Amino acid sequence: MVPLSAYVAVSAVLFITGLLGVLIRRNFIIVLMSVEIMLNAANINLVAFSYYLESMAGQLVALFVIAIAAGEAAIGLAIIIVVFRGKISTNVDEMNLLKW
Amino acid sequence: MVLVFFIYFALVSIVAGVMTVALKHPVHCGLALLALLLHVSGLFILLNAEFLWAVQVIVYAGAILVLYLFVLMLMNLKTDDRYFHSSYRYFLAPAALGSVYVMSLLLRSPFGGAKGDAPTVAVLQDGDTYAVGIKMFSDYLLQFEIVGVFLLGAVIGAIVLAKTPKQIIEKRGR
Repeated sequence: MVPLSAYVAVSAVLFITGLLGVLIRRNFIIVLMSVEIMLNAANINLVAFSYYLESMAGQLVALFVIAIAAGEAAIGLAIIIVVFRGKISTNVDEMNLLKW
Repeated sequence: MVLVFFIYFALVSIVAGVMTVALKHPVHCGLALLALLLHVSGLFILLNAEFLWAVQVIVYAGAILVLYLFVLMLMNLKTDDRYFHSSYRYFLAPAALGSVYVMSLLLRSPFGGAKGDAPTVAVLQDGDTYAVGIKMFSDYLLQFEIVGVFLLGAVIGAIVLAKTPKQIIEKRGR
């Protein structure tokens, strides 16, 4: 029997990895991938608590999280295409049009 | 047996996550992300969530990751020499210390709580998909509809954003 805290620990490690990726990577696509890692860590947490606390709500919320991740990926990649068409760079340091 | 599979899935997903963040070439990062997603779906199987396993494989590994790889290959990205933040070393030590602290807290706490209305035996009787469906179309119907509207908005927004502007088409046309 795997204890619940083991699942929570795995999800914490994955979340910190994703957060570190968002902070230190400079390629916009990799930053989006790191956000996916964080969403996956949250999903592990939700499903683990759903199993150990015997409730279905966690799995449903995880399902909605996956749907929202799909929408986020589509919009984020569309934004990358727009930026790339104009500036030929996906480095997040060079995207400072909104930083006035 | 479950413990062996748990250790395998947990270790490989953590290693794949670190590789996603640390590898240099974006396509390699995408493939490491694929390994991560598949092993996280393995964790879902261990938790009796077969429906989420299928959704994870189809939507995440099948749709979202293919979208990422398409964009990577269409744009022919050059990898920068400096692909980390200029002062990333200062992030690493606080992250390591913070994760050790959080892990020590998490591994100690018992996580008790009120039990819900779906014990494992009841879920396994008709299958996980049945239980998810019953719950989704009774208690979570409004949220389900909201997610549908949200996805419609995301699709329209992505099409509008990524459409080639008129000037570029005219420039290329002649």
